[in-house]
Amino acid sequence: MRLFRIFHPRWRKRQRTGYWLTLPYVIFFGMFIAYPLIFSFILLFHRWNVVTPMEWIGLKNFERLLSDPLFFKAIWNTVKFLLVHIPLQNVVALGFALLLHSRMKFRGFFCAVYFLPVVVSGVVVAILWQQLFAFDSGLLNRMLTALGIRRIPWLVDPDIAMPSIALMATWKNVGIYIILFLVGLQDIPHELYESASLDGATGARQFFYITLPMLRPTFVVVVVLSTIGGFSLFIEPYVLTGGGPMESTLSAVLYIYNQAFYFNHMGYAATLGFVFALIILGVALLQRKIIEPEPMA
Amino acid sequence: MKSIIKYTMLGLGALLFAYPFLWMVASSLKPEAEIGGFGLWSSHFTTYNYEQVLTRIPLGRAFLNSIIVSVSSTLSVVVFGSMVGYALARLRFTGRGILYAVVLFTMTLPFQVTLIPQYILMVKLGITDTYLALVAPTLMTAFSIILFRQFFLYVPQAFIDAARIDGCSELRILYRVIWPLSRPVVITVSILTFMSSWNEVLWPLIVVRNRLLMTMPQLVTIFTIGGEAESLLGLKLAAATLLALPIIIAYSFLQRYFIESMASTGIKG
Repeated sequence: MRLFRIFHPRWRKRQRTGYWLTLPYVIFFGMFIAYPLIFSFILLFHRWNVVTPMEWIGLKNFERLLSDPLFFKAIWNTVKFLLVHIPLQNVVALGFALLLHSRMKFRGFFCAVYFLPVVVSGVVVAILWQQLFAFDSGLLNRMLTALGIRRIPWLVDPDIAMPSIALMATWKNVGIYIILFLVGLQDIPHELYESASLDGATGARQFFYITLPMLRPTFVVVVVLSTIGGFSLFIEPYVLTGGGPMESTLSAVLYIYNQAFYFNHMGYAATLGFVFALIILGVALLQRKIIEPEPMA
Repeated sequence: MKSIIKYTMLGLGALLFAYPFLWMVASSLKPEAEIGGFGLWSSHFTTYNYEQVLTRIPLGRAFLNSIIVSVSSTLSVVVFGSMVGYALARLRFTGRGILYAVVLFTMTLPFQVTLIPQYILMVKLGITDTYLALVAPTLMTAFSIILFRQFFLYVPQAFIDAARIDGCSELRILYRVIWPLSRPVVITVSILTFMSSWNEVLWPLIVVRNRLLMTMPQLVTIFTIGGEAESLLGLKLAAATLLALPIIIAYSFLQRYFIESMASTGIKG
């Protein structure tokens, strides 16, 4: 019987509507996702500067990548960024969320203010922090000298520049994660705390044995999103440091950008993009596995 | 006692996030020599920096460009995204499962892979330095399709059936029946798309070199890191303030929706 339904006019009409409605997306996908993907695959094996014809070079792009110190530098810089960014982001966001998570006045106001840097363009934030970070006249160093502490070479010292950018990125994004933690806290069933209280568990014990474990899904989201953010870092170093000093703030995307639009190495830039994408997917998968051992509903 | 500590910490937090912006606005209104102090007040407030910025770069035009790009991208994402979301959620057709898998795949695809080949596509189509190139890759997003689909799954079938019996076409059902029932998701998708489009800067930097077509964040970026601002802090801060202003105004009116949108999706714009 099922076979014959294709002769049924209403069935055919339903089919057609489904195709009409999804056709724009299929075209879009073909042009802007599938074609670029296939083309990126072709680029992996070519040398090309857009102007002259493409030149087949086999696996040379990958050989070059494996012996390219700047590629590894960009990965190392991203790791440095994440090592500061992820813990800071989680602690600050959870701290504020815990403060906000109770019956209180002005909660909407505080949320709105903490969220402000999130909606503003990264360009604005970078220009603003360029001034805050300035060595001689920056507000942060003025504050430190007023307190009698030595100035910190925020963006000048190659060891400190990337952590400084991580600090700025935390300031910009933490608002989202405060909200996410708030949602996570609200989802914890109240009965858990009640029965824990009856059993004589104190506030600290409740925090470590109920709150933290129950927030595990939120931690996964925060860690994965921050990691993707770290690998997507571009405008902050582009405006603040241009990747310096001594390539210490060269990010993955900034390096792709430089190879493509500064040196016109399209094939190599595509190879970098491809490999970085694989790394992102691998790391995100690994993080999910580690933080989320049991399958969540 | 406990609540005093709590409110003090929350207040300090508010200061931490808001004061830099207040300082930015105040400093942009000060003469160059006075910028750098902590305070907001000056006895010599002046609009000099703004006059300079507006004569040095075509920021009004850039504002218009940004509006054109963000509005058309948002409209397209909402209209076409809801069409696909509706088909995936409510219509049966051969290949639906595959299409949904394709959308999911696109969402997990890091943009780093497609960035360079997408630029090359624009070059091959001969549309670099056009509005079309600025909006093309953002006309539809996998993310919005999934949000729409998720929401449309829970629209009661009775509404759809009633409309079908009245002889409505599926498109009419989508825009007359489903949309009014799905305001939250339409608002969420609109806000997220508009915001990410308004703040996008990497893609414009890649496909547009003509100053008259640059979007606001792009023009301000070029102005700051190029020689044009002559490392005058006042000019940079004035340009940054003008760039921040439109989205802050939108945010102050729609603040609740902004926060709810981000909370419901957990994706940053």
